[in-house]
Amino acid sequence: MTKMKSVSKIVFAGVAALLLIVATPAMAEEVAVKIGNFTFGPQELKVKSGTTVTWTNEDDIPHTVTSSTLAFKSKALDSDDKFSFTFTTPGTYQYFCSLHPHMTGTIVVEAATGSNASPPR
Amino acid sequence: MTAHDHNEGPSRRKVLECMTWAGTGVLWTVAGGVPTSLGIIDRALAQQSKGFTFLQISDSHMGFDKPANPNAKGTLEEAIGRVKALPVKPSFMIHTGDISHLSKPSEFDDAERIISQARLDVHYVPGEHDLIDDEQGKLYRERYGRGTKGAGWYSFDADGVHFIGLVNVVNLKAGGLGNLGNEQLEWLEDDVKGRASSQPIVVFAHIPLWTVYPDWGWGTEDGARALGYLKKFGSVTVLNGHIHQVMQKVEGNVTFHTARSTAFPQPAPGSAPSPGPMKVADDKLRSMLGIASVTFKQNEQRLAIVDTPLQG
Repeated sequence: MTKMKSVSKIVFAGVAALLLIVATPAMAEEVAVKIGNFTFGPQELKVKSGTTVTWTNEDDIPHTVTSSTLAFKSKALDSDDKFSFTFTTPGTYQYFCSLHPHMTGTIVVEAATGSNASPPR
Repeated sequence: MTAHDHNEGPSRRKVLECMTWAGTGVLWTVAGGVPTSLGIIDRALAQQSKGFTFLQISDSHMGFDKPANPNAKGTLEEAIGRVKALPVKPSFMIHTGDISHLSKPSEFDDAERIISQARLDVHYVPGEHDLIDDEQGKLYRERYGRGTKGAGWYSFDADGVHFIGLVNVVNLKAGGLGNLGNEQLEWLEDDVKGRASSQPIVVFAHIPLWTVYPDWGWGTEDGARALGYLKKFGSVTVLNGHIHQVMQKVEGNVTFHTARSTAFPQPAPGSAPSPGPMKVADDKLRSMLGIASVTFKQNEQRLAIVDTPLQG
């Protein structure tokens, strides 16, 4: 939180700094997960913080992407529909299809390195 | 073959004739809790029994238009055509869910327009496809939920039989199967308390209440608890859909049965990489879709389930 501490005395500057962090997506990565044959592929995925993961339903049956803690939840995705979520907080995210709960997956979010790093907790 | 052909019961000649109808149906008799298969019969024999008959249809999936059946509306119309053509009018219909494919108003409208042509009361329970509108089932509850409890469960009596419609498609847990939940189970326990053990019970829900194939989620996590409340009854029939194929199992006094879909077939457990819609040759499709009729003979505690494909 060092960066945040340096600006915390001035509220407006703090807000401006936050906006800057949010508004610099140039370094952000994008990763795809396929939903096919009632499985998420890859079933486990490691990404850097700030990565946007996009799921695409390639089945003839609708599926959802639902976090076990409800950190994210898609609508029912019809065939070829997509759902994206940007992971900004490191951690392990378990998710499943709320229609076919035997379908499960995991996203492991690691702290980003370099200038785009999230503040460590 | 009509009902009149069977006035003297299935003679050997008739049985042999009926053998050519293989796949049309198997008659199960439950007497004193001991089920006996009477062999392959045709629809007419079941109608002849003069019992109280109701129909089960399932998994209409209005809106489905994928290669496994680009015309799910057409095959539902054919199924309802079959219902209308029955020589004896059934008392009512039950629909074991997945009325729609994506819970869209137009899909529910199509289902209503086609199914109402049967001119029968229809008792519904939802499938997971019926609760995926933005408000997670609001449309279903508005249309079908009147007089129901919780997510849409209820019970009613008809001709001395107690019918229980359960919902096992909400609040599903990661890695799990179908789910009834504590509130519904407590209601069920209360609903059957004080009923005579001689009263026949019919339970219907979308996902099978017994474990058909957990790898594909074909079962209900807390189904055993529900069945525990029904232990004292001499005749329990559990009717489900979801798996788009006929399966039957008899365990003690309980007969489990799943109905065909009217929309598209799904593979036998483990026979394909996934339970997704199964594309079969066009001329095979109608042999894998269909309806089921269930007949009770009041005085003989008899129960017969006959599955009829659209083409067979």
